[in-house]
Amino acid sequence: MDSNPIFDRIRQDVTENEVVLFMKGTPVFPQCGFSATLVEVLSRIGVKFKGIDVLADPSLRDGIKSFSEWPTIPQLYVKGEFVGGCDIIREMHTSGELRKLLEEKGVEPVA
Amino acid sequence: MLGQTEQTECSIRSETGWKSVTAMPMEAADIERLIVEAMPDATVTIEDLRGDGDHYSARVTSAAFKGKSRVQQHQMVYQALKGRMGDVLHALALQTSIPSDA
Repeated sequence: MDSNPIFDRIRQDVTENEVVLFMKGTPVFPQCGFSATLVEVLSRIGVKFKGIDVLADPSLRDGIKSFSEWPTIPQLYVKGEFVGGCDIIREMHTSGELRKLLEEKGVEPVA
Repeated sequence: MLGQTEQTECSIRSETGWKSVTAMPMEAADIERLIVEAMPDATVTIEDLRGDGDHYSARVTSAAFKGKSRVQQHQMVYQALKGRMGDVLHALALQTSIPSDA
């Protein structure tokens, strides 16, 4: 397979934006509890992020699962690296690891 | 039928009768069995969060997780479920850990 347009798009999104959340719905109107939880976590930490609604694009919804080798949504990317879904991010947030990771990667909170 | 490559997956159908596989929820025992099949030393605790067979939480402890990141550990559990995650299994809250004596 020479090129996968969906993968190219995803790569572009996660490269051009420091923090990307592939989610169901939008940050203002999440369509799923797990996605809403991650929006809340990111808002608490005060970091700017791009929310990408996979419900708006079925090929993206499937594509991101193949790209990340992760079967569910939401998915959080920081500086191009897949950090985890809801369970992992929540655990990392509780332990303080998430804030630490963001700092290490040079992602500044806006608040 | 689910678009997967494996051809001998008939355990779901034989246990609960002839139903459309995509509509049928998974039993906690099935989830546990699949994980232990892939990771024989694993201790698995499954809880049905809403009693609807569709939202589970699982704690998995295994020495096979040693040296792996959380993402890798969870990926191992998803792989053990052979494509069911996100398909017939809607939600599985995962907590993975390594045994203290590993």
